[in-house]
Amino acid sequence: MLEIKNLQVRVEDRQILNGLDLSVNAGEVHAIMGPNGSGKSTLAHVLAGKPGYEVTSGDVLLDGKDLLALGPDERAAHGVFLAFQYPLEIPGVATMTFLRTAINAQRKQRGEAELSTPEFMKRVRDAAAKLEINQDMLRRGVNVGFSGGEKKRNEILQMALLEPRLAVLDETDSGLDIDALKIVADGVNRLRSPQRSMIVITHYQRLLDYIVPDVVHVLSRGRIVRTGGKELALELEARGYAAYQDEAA
Amino acid sequence: MKRREVMNAEVTPIKTAAETALADAFLRRQAALPGGREIAGLREAAFRRFERSGLPHRRVEEWKYTDLRALMREGKPLAQAPDASAKAAAKSAGAILAGLKAHRIIIVDGCFAPELSATAISGVTVTPFATAVANGEDEFLNSENSDTVLALNTALATDGAVIRVKSGTVVDRPIQLVFVHSAGKATAVFARSHVVVEPGATVTLVESHEGPDKLDYQINTALDLEVGRGAKVDHIKVTCEGDAALHLATLNARVSEAAELRDFTFTLGGAVVRNQLFVTCKGKRAQLSLAGASLLRGRQHADTTLMLDHAVGGSSSRELFKSVLDDESHGVFQGKIVVRPDAQKTDARMMSRALLLSPNAEADNKPELEIFADDVQCGHGATAGALDESLKFYLMARGIPEREAEALLIQSFVGEAIETISHEGVRADLMFAAVRWLRARSA
Ligand SMILES: Nc1ncnc2c1ncn2[C@@H]1O[C@H](COP(=O)(O)OP(=O)(O)OP(=O)(O)O)[C@@H](O)[C@H]1O
Ligand SMILES: [Mg+2]
Repeated sequence: MLEIKNLQVRVEDRQILNGLDLSVNAGEVHAIMGPNGSGKSTLAHVLAGKPGYEVTSGDVLLDGKDLLALGPDERAAHGVFLAFQYPLEIPGVATMTFLRTAINAQRKQRGEAELSTPEFMKRVRDAAAKLEINQDMLRRGVNVGFSGGEKKRNEILQMALLEPRLAVLDETDSGLDIDALKIVADGVNRLRSPQRSMIVITHYQRLLDYIVPDVVHVLSRGRIVRTGGKELALELEARGYAAYQDEAA
Repeated sequence: MKRREVMNAEVTPIKTAAETALADAFLRRQAALPGGREIAGLREAAFRRFERSGLPHRRVEEWKYTDLRALMREGKPLAQAPDASAKAAAKSAGAILAGLKAHRIIIVDGCFAPELSATAISGVTVTPFATAVANGEDEFLNSENSDTVLALNTALATDGAVIRVKSGTVVDRPIQLVFVHSAGKATAVFARSHVVVEPGATVTLVESHEGPDKLDYQINTALDLEVGRGAKVDHIKVTCEGDAALHLATLNARVSEAAELRDFTFTLGGAVVRNQLFVTCKGKRAQLSLAGASLLRGRQHADTTLMLDHAVGGSSSRELFKSVLDDESHGVFQGKIVVRPDAQKTDARMMSRALLLSPNAEADNKPELEIFADDVQCGHGATAGALDESLKFYLMARGIPEREAEALLIQSFVGEAIETISHEGVRADLMFAAVRWLRARSA
């Protein structure tokens, strides 16, 4: 389903991704771990189409479609979703308006009819309740005055409503307390489906106790340097990345 | 942004074509202007003030960014009283506030049109300016304000509305002054209004100004607003003049003890617009909110200049002015807050922000505080910048196309200012007008 081949990316004249290969099949959850600055967020941003990254070579295909040729909004409509490591605050745009605009913009791009108001309200209420997001938060500006954990839950709410084909979660566990981690992980697990692929970027094995991955990768210096099963995460937790940093050098 | 240079450093008053035309207009029209001998004297004195200084230009500090001598190329003939067809056309004016249920008072080409206006408002008296001055009411023409544009208005004002809201009255609906310029006449209009809100009264006063596109008419309008003790006033001025019009507006507001004034200046239309607000807080425990938003495109030039005088202490004011500047437009904000020596415990915060949507747009922001008291809380800030690219990416990553993402961000930017208006209907209409402006941009 997702096919990344020899991806090389530069940011401001610095090579960040050095020939990254990765395939994720439909229905699979892949975890990506790796030291700070190894390029995990860069990969996530390039998948979502953030400007400022120069792809110097390589291909990214989602269901055979060349993602790199699409704008970020078109990628989203094709099913790409990025849960941000640092969700932004948008004062003056109510969360409800934001959600509705996003859902309908995607539907419009796919040639589908807009959601009716009652249908939209029902979906938001159901999804928000499961993530313990209250109505008052939905009325506020997007992420304005939200705690770190609330921002992350709001990302998962967006994911639940936008029903992506490919979800990339960039350190969604950072800044969450134990209870919030469970809420978020449950939210993610509910969205696992044979049609949906996920890439979960994390530093901590603990998240992977809740969201059990099919495959674990180690990213170091802009490349996947090791791939294994869920037990690889345990090994990394015990031994750290020292071995891989040498290997990539 | 190119501006015409004034070549001569030595400024001799009454020199340009526009100044000469204004002087001629006064001398010719003088005798026919409404008001008795005393008012004629006030007009004469005001005219002399103009004669001494000429039109304000860039060396006059308050007009630094709006060089009227360069921007006003010629003086237009004074408007004549509107004919029946002009009045008929004016009935449909005020469309920008179409959603508003208001007592509408219509002023066509600077003439109060009683047959089109709702003057029977419970607890309120409404008189045409011409009638009021003919009856010898003159206190509002006797201003200490020495601004030249206001002086020209005093000299040449033909008509407008004089409104008195009686003590304790809560006016049921907004009072809307609809100023219309008729099609086909590139004339000059001098309108003057006066609103007294007596102690304890509550009113929402809306002013809208509009006229045809592609016609270089000139408007000089002024409003004197007296906010009595404990009164609550919302004043919203909406400028949607035609795209070639020159619009000069002066507000003189005085706010008494424990009163509340919420003022909002909304600018959409006009080639050159100057909104000057002179606000004096003359009583303790008054609360002021002075805000505005300008949405400019093409080569529009809009200047909002605020002069707020905290003459007495213990009051608070919040100033928030936003401008969205596209194409080659030019937005100016000058805000000066003076806190007098006796005005202890004043709390004033001013913020002005410009959003530049094009590399050719220009924003000039000049906030100033002059504080003569020591126990005060005052602050100001000013920003100018483009749309935040990372916010735009966040929206686009959720599937929202670029123009729509920009529109949402711009809407939230001006929305913060529009939110300060307390009347829900006015707020909704202005928000909708901003959205329409954005749609036209996206189209
Ligand atoms: N806009 C940028 N300009 C310059 N350098 C950048 C930019 N964005 C990322 N980098 C650099 O690219 C490298 C990879 O950054 P990235 O954010 O992808 O790392 P990461 O693996 O997500 O790290 P972390 O675990 O700390 O989140 C870092 O050295 C970073 O400084
Ligand atoms: Mg990162």
